[in-house]
Amino acid sequence: MVRRLPVQESFAAVLKLIVRRILVALPTLIILSVIIFGLQRLLPGDPIQTMMAEQSDPEVIEILREKYRLNDPLPIQYLAWVGNVLQGDFGSSLRTGLPVTEIILQKLPITVQLATMAMIMAMMVGIPAGILAAVHKNSMIDYAANAVALSGMSVPNFWLGIIMIMIFAVSWKVLPASGYVPITQDFWLSIKSMLMPAFVLSTAVAAYLMRHTRSAMLSVLSSDYIRTARAKGLLSKTVIIRHALRNALMPIVTLATLLFGDLLAGAVLTEQIFVIPGFGKLIVDAVFTRDYAVVQGVVLFTAIGFIAMNILADVLYIVINPRLRHPQ
Amino acid sequence: MKKIVMSVMLAAMTGASAVSAADLNVAMQDDPDILDPHRGNTFVGRMVFGPMCDALFDIDTALNIVPRLVADWSWSDDETVLTMNLRDDALFHDGTKVDGEAVKANLERGLNLPESNRKAELASIASIDVLGETQVAITLKAPDAAFLANLTDRAGMLVSPASFDTAGEGGLVCAGPYKLAERVQNDRIVMEKFDDHWEADNYHFDRVIYRPIPDTTVRLANLQSGDLDIIERPAPSDMAAIEADDSLVFDIVSGLGFYGINFNMGNGERSQNPINQDARLREALNLTIDRNVLNDVLGMGTYPPAYQPFSSASWAYNPEFDGGGRDIERAKELMAEAGHESVSFEILYANNTAMQSLFELVQAMASEAGFNISLRPTEFAAYVAEREEGKFDASQFGASGRIDPDGNFHRYLACGSAGNVGHYCNDELTDLLNQARVINNVEERKALYDQAQRIAVEDLPALYFYYTPRTWGYSANLDGFVSYPDGVLRLSGLKPKN
Repeated sequence: MVRRLPVQESFAAVLKLIVRRILVALPTLIILSVIIFGLQRLLPGDPIQTMMAEQSDPEVIEILREKYRLNDPLPIQYLAWVGNVLQGDFGSSLRTGLPVTEIILQKLPITVQLATMAMIMAMMVGIPAGILAAVHKNSMIDYAANAVALSGMSVPNFWLGIIMIMIFAVSWKVLPASGYVPITQDFWLSIKSMLMPAFVLSTAVAAYLMRHTRSAMLSVLSSDYIRTARAKGLLSKTVIIRHALRNALMPIVTLATLLFGDLLAGAVLTEQIFVIPGFGKLIVDAVFTRDYAVVQGVVLFTAIGFIAMNILADVLYIVINPRLRHPQ
Repeated sequence: MKKIVMSVMLAAMTGASAVSAADLNVAMQDDPDILDPHRGNTFVGRMVFGPMCDALFDIDTALNIVPRLVADWSWSDDETVLTMNLRDDALFHDGTKVDGEAVKANLERGLNLPESNRKAELASIASIDVLGETQVAITLKAPDAAFLANLTDRAGMLVSPASFDTAGEGGLVCAGPYKLAERVQNDRIVMEKFDDHWEADNYHFDRVIYRPIPDTTVRLANLQSGDLDIIERPAPSDMAAIEADDSLVFDIVSGLGFYGINFNMGNGERSQNPINQDARLREALNLTIDRNVLNDVLGMGTYPPAYQPFSSASWAYNPEFDGGGRDIERAKELMAEAGHESVSFEILYANNTAMQSLFELVQAMASEAGFNISLRPTEFAAYVAEREEGKFDASQFGASGRIDPDGNFHRYLACGSAGNVGHYCNDELTDLLNQARVINNVEERKALYDQAQRIAVEDLPALYFYYTPRTWGYSANLDGFVSYPDGVLRLSGLKPKN
């Protein structure tokens, strides 16, 4: 009983934190919804006219404007939209007529898979490279890791993407050049079709992770308790992995969850090059065609995802750092 | 973890993609809009409807109108009653028969559905009578020369009446050789072969997958890697790469569309710019443009020089209006006659690489005669809005082209026409174009279009620069590929070589 108490305490602390963070997030979401709604309306151009282009028939334009309530005053349009969203109805795409919820549900697994694969690749490369660079500070390994990280951050995704397509798809023909295969349809083909885009996306993320891991590790490795651990005669591996890394992970977890949130919002260029139907390209196309309902729905959805990732980061803090379980 | 990752990598590096030989993968430039022929707007939408939605009529490669769901047809002597006998073996994808009632219901839907974009194309219909199970008579208010041509396109496509309510929301049921299986916005439109189609034997692929890939480099790379079988509109600069590759074929036919500029002749304050007030200045500008340079530099030889709204693929094309090479001296004289040493104006256009290059060239060529052109690229939605509101001196002017000449001329230059954003209005020209609408005789219509063109050449409310070719890149493993001037892919007879 005595030993279970801290667990219960920490569970209560986590729960309290989640509830508090959700309450704090609500006004953020309300402000955000106004911004998403308002910014689009500031853009020049009319969704119906844009959609009709060559076909423009004034009578049909008017009917469509009425149908999508575009003639109503903006506050009324906003309230109508929020009212529908609260009932789970994000509206329909002006351009394709498909329900926004259905579009989001179609794209969500794709975006999540791409983001997850990119994140796993980035973590597998970035964190070990950061540790190595810190442990071997100012050595060739450190310089090499830094150089690779710098190029990972600087290489444009569209260039890397095209080059990879040319090598792996056009010349060697070992990977598909584009497209997305649902993971439920063919697991290996799905992974295969996502390898190149996930790698391209992971380069910058891996670079950030490497840089942050390195600096976090450097500051931890110079702490007194590490010197103590070494003085106790612990193996170097144990000191680095069990004592240093665990403490250094705090800022890395924050960064990784925020970067993951970023990835979930979509990666326009990578999606464009590899023809991956994720959120990024969807939002950009929708902005260009003034497909208000799609932009609002998807941005709101990804914003909620981003806030959720922030809450997750806070929860992970508590899991990693027991001191935070006792706020006093 | 390590093991999983290794096996993932291993799986990735072995074996090619598992695309079935019975799949045809086609890349389009954009994602279509709503998949309902009565409501659709986009050109790529027409491409997708092609294999799914048979129309009453179709065209052949020479733009002649041929029957499709119609077996034969006849016009009354006064050319106001069209009597059509339908094929008796055509079925919708839901198994119901394509009959007279379905034709009537579809035409009425095109006319009456509030959001229908086919109203203008079907506006001449006075009544529709079902004379028998497979016989329909359409009575027109007056003869309409473009009517049959309209029925070859979306206005003539038949949707199963049972799916009228769901057609736009992913439930399209038509009567074509392929039926809609799945649509993922921005990713793919998958169609499966409809085995009960009356011409099913001529369609050799089990599935047809249309994928929107806007980037031309990416489209080409996917064709080269074998992930795609056909790509539409490869960039002119990629033509050499396709032609140099033995496994690929480049195909080009004259299209019906054009690019140029139109002037703001009466839409708000901007119409007061000297270029919009004096036809001599527009003629001077016209004389500065070397269409052959545009063709060579922008089109790599694939952009035929344009001087009129009809390309050489159309029967209304008249070589008499072509030509007039570049003449800077004459341009300067005309400007002097009009009392100007230099003229400044702005060209508004939608921001993309092709238009940017075009107008930079135009700007440079025109500057030699003293024109001081400023360029204003905006994104597409803003471009459309600014044109409608008259916030332009001159603007990008383009049309994808229609089978009937009326769609290339009347809609852009007749007084009050929906596409006439420059508000140009010449009653005589409009009268000629209106006359050409109600005569079916091609010779008589051509004479009217010639007269109208003579007026347009005097007034110069628009300049034409080049015709948009219909270009394709496809795998050399395909047999029976035929391209059409309307740019819509027809899959009948297309098959893998082995």
